[in-house]
Amino acid sequence: MANMAQAIRMALHYAEENLGVTDIFGEDVGAPLGGVFTATQGLKTAWNTPLDERGIIGMAIGLAMAGQRPVAEIQFADYIYNTIDLLKIAGNTCWASHGDWNLPMVVKTPVGSGIRGSLYHSHSFDATATHIPGWKIVMPSNPLDAYGLMISACQELNPVMYLEPKALLRIKGEERIPGEPEDDKSLSKLIDAPLGDRSQWKPQWPAELSAYAVPIGKGKVVRPGSHVTVVSYGRTLPLCKRAADELASSGVDAEVIDMRSLWPYDWELIKGSVEKTGRVLYVNEDTEVTNFGEHLVRRTVEELFYKLLAPPRLLAGKFVPGVGLADTLEMASVPQLGDITAAIRALASEQP
Amino acid sequence: MSKPRLLNRPEDAAPLERDLLVRMHDLMVKARVLEERLIQMYKQGHGYFWIGGPGEEAFNVPLGLLMKKGQGPAYDYLHAHYRQSATLLALGEEPIGALRQMKNTASDPYSGGRNFAGHFSKREWNIAPVSSPIEVQYTMAPGTALAQKRHGGDGITIVTGGDAGTAEGDFASCLVWSSRPGMELPVLIIVTNNQWGISTPAGTQHGETHVADRGRAFNIRTKTIDGNDPINAWRELKEAMEYVRRERKPFLLEAMVSRLYGHSSASGANFVGGEQDCLARFEERLLNDGVLTREQMNSLRSRYTEEMAALARQVREEPLPGPETIWNHIYAERK
Ligand SMILES: Cc1ncc(C[n+]2csc(CCOP(=O)(O)OP(=O)(O)O)c2C)c(N)n1
Repeated sequence: MANMAQAIRMALHYAEENLGVTDIFGEDVGAPLGGVFTATQGLKTAWNTPLDERGIIGMAIGLAMAGQRPVAEIQFADYIYNTIDLLKIAGNTCWASHGDWNLPMVVKTPVGSGIRGSLYHSHSFDATATHIPGWKIVMPSNPLDAYGLMISACQELNPVMYLEPKALLRIKGEERIPGEPEDDKSLSKLIDAPLGDRSQWKPQWPAELSAYAVPIGKGKVVRPGSHVTVVSYGRTLPLCKRAADELASSGVDAEVIDMRSLWPYDWELIKGSVEKTGRVLYVNEDTEVTNFGEHLVRRTVEELFYKLLAPPRLLAGKFVPGVGLADTLEMASVPQLGDITAAIRALASEQP
Repeated sequence: MSKPRLLNRPEDAAPLERDLLVRMHDLMVKARVLEERLIQMYKQGHGYFWIGGPGEEAFNVPLGLLMKKGQGPAYDYLHAHYRQSATLLALGEEPIGALRQMKNTASDPYSGGRNFAGHFSKREWNIAPVSSPIEVQYTMAPGTALAQKRHGGDGITIVTGGDAGTAEGDFASCLVWSSRPGMELPVLIIVTNNQWGISTPAGTQHGETHVADRGRAFNIRTKTIDGNDPINAWRELKEAMEYVRRERKPFLLEAMVSRLYGHSSASGANFVGGEQDCLARFEERLLNDGVLTREQMNSLRSRYTEEMAALARQVREEPLPGPETIWNHIYAERK
C-alpha cells in the first residue's frame, strides 16, 4: 500500500493530467528533491521557488486569478505565519469583490509533531487556519483520504488549505488507492526517485489512477461504538482508533470519528454520534487555548446540552511556546496514546 | 546591466496629437472632479472614509489609456492601489461606480457595499481587487505575469503602489520573482512616489536615492520619471510598456507625483498647498500651446461638477445592501 506522501504525489499527478493543475511549487518542491517529504517527486509541473513564503502565496493568488490552477507548498507550517495577511486576502477575495473573483488554489503544508521537529517543524495550524474565513481546510489521517482529499482540493473553485500530518506521511495505508499496484515494492520502483543522481530519472505513474474523491466537508466513522464519541483528525486520529480498540476489551466501546475536513465540517455526523453516546472527547495536538476543539466543545454545549451525560472534553497540546526536542518534552507537550486512552476511560466512566 | 535614467525635462517631450491631449485633459478633469465629489460626500456624511488619487491624474490617465483592456491572460492585468480612479476612468469606467462604493450601496459594482472608496475590482477588465494592506499586490503580480508569459502574446501585468510601501517585503518579493534568471516575467512594476507615507516624509525613512535604483540590483531596467506631466508620463509609460510587452521582462518605473488632498479623510482631506498640481500645470500648457481656451476648460469642469453632483444625489437614494447579504459570496459555486 502507498504511504501518504506517495498518495499525495499520485493525486497530484492525476490532477496535473486530468484536473487542470498547472503549477506545483514551493521551496525544493521541484527536481531534484521533490519536496522535503517527497510528496512532489517526479511531477511534471513541479518547480522550485525563491525562499520566500509570501512570494509563494502571492504567486498562487496571481496564478489563480489568471485562470491557472496552482498547488503551492509551504515547506513547514511553522513558516506560513509570515503569509497570514495574504491568506486572509485569498480567503476574502471572492467576498470582497462581491463574487466577481474566485481563487481556485491549493496550499499544502506539513503540520504537527511526531518527527522530533523541535521548536519549529512541530507547529499545528488548525486553529489559525480555521480562523480565516473563505478557505476550505482539510487534513487527512491515512493515504486513501490523502489521495481523495487532494483530488477534491484540485477540483475546488475556492482556496483550499491542505494540512499534512508530518508524522503520518511515511506510514502505509490499510486501504488501496484505486489504481495503485498490488504490492508496495513495485509501487516504489515506479514512482520513488532513486538515491543519488536523479537527473535522468522519470517516474512511471500507475495508469489506472482514478478521480477517487473524498468530498470536502464529510467526516467518517472509523470505529463504531456506543459509550463515548471521540472526534479527531490528523496525527492523533490513528492514536484515538488504537486507544478505542484497546479499551474495547475493558468494556469501553468508543465511536471514533475522523473529521477529515475542518472547514466546512461534518457537524451532522458528530451530532448524530453524540446524541447516541451522550459523551464526547475532542482530540487534537494544537495548543489548547483558542483551539479549534474549543469551538466544537462550545457548539456541543449549545446544541446538545440536554443529550449529554458528561461534559464534553478537549484533549489538546499544552499551551507552551514550543515542542521541545527531547523525547520527554515532546511526549509531555502533545497528546500521546496513553493520554488518549486515559481521557476516553475517564470520560466513559464519568458520573455526575 | 541597464542604467537608471533620471527625470527628463518637460521640454524634451514631443507634443502628442491634439486629440490625445484633449482626451487626456478631459479624463484628468473628470477624475479630479470625481475625487472632489467623493471628498464632499465624505464630508457630508455620505460615506465613512475617503482615500483616492487627486494629484496623480497626470500619470494614471495615460496608464489607463495605454492598457490593453480585456479579460484573461491575453490582456493586461492591473494590480492597483487605492489612488487610481483616474486609471479606471481612462479605461472607460463610469464614475457612478466610485460614488456608489463611497456610499456603500448595494449597487456598488466593486464590492457590493463592502469595501472602501478607491478599492476597485473588475474581472471583466483584469482589474484585480484593491486590497487595503499596503503592497500585497506586488506579491501577486508575478502570478498573473507568469500565466501571461506562458500564454504568449503581448499581455502584461501592471502593478502599482506607493513609495512608503516599498519598505514592505512584498516589494522585494516582486523584484526577486520577476527577475529570476531565464524566467523573467512581463511585469511593469510601478511606484507612484508622492514622497509621503501618511504623515511621514520619505526622506526620513528611505536611504536610496531613487526607489527605482533598487531594480538595478536585480538587472531590472528602471527609470524615475516626472509623473506630474501627462505628456511625459504617456511617452515614458509607452516606452516601458513596449519593452515589457516585447521582451517579456520586468521594468521598474518610479513616477514622481503629488498628493493634493493629504493622505485620506483620516488626515482631513483638505487641499494642501506646496504640492504641484498636475492639472493646473497641464492646463497652463494647453492654454499656451493654443490647444484649449480657458473658457473651454472652465466649462468642462463645470459640466463634470454638475454631472457628479447629480450622480451623487442619485446614489444617495439607493439602498444599502440587505443584512442577509453578509452570507453571499463567501465561496464561489459551480454554476
Ligand atoms: C500593511 C499595511 N500597513 C499599514 C497600513 C496603513 N497605511 C495605509 S496607507 C499608508 C501609507 C502608504 O504610503 P505609500 O505606500 O507611500 O502610498 P501613498 O498612500 O502615499 O500613495 C499606511 C501606512 C496599511 N494599509 N497596510
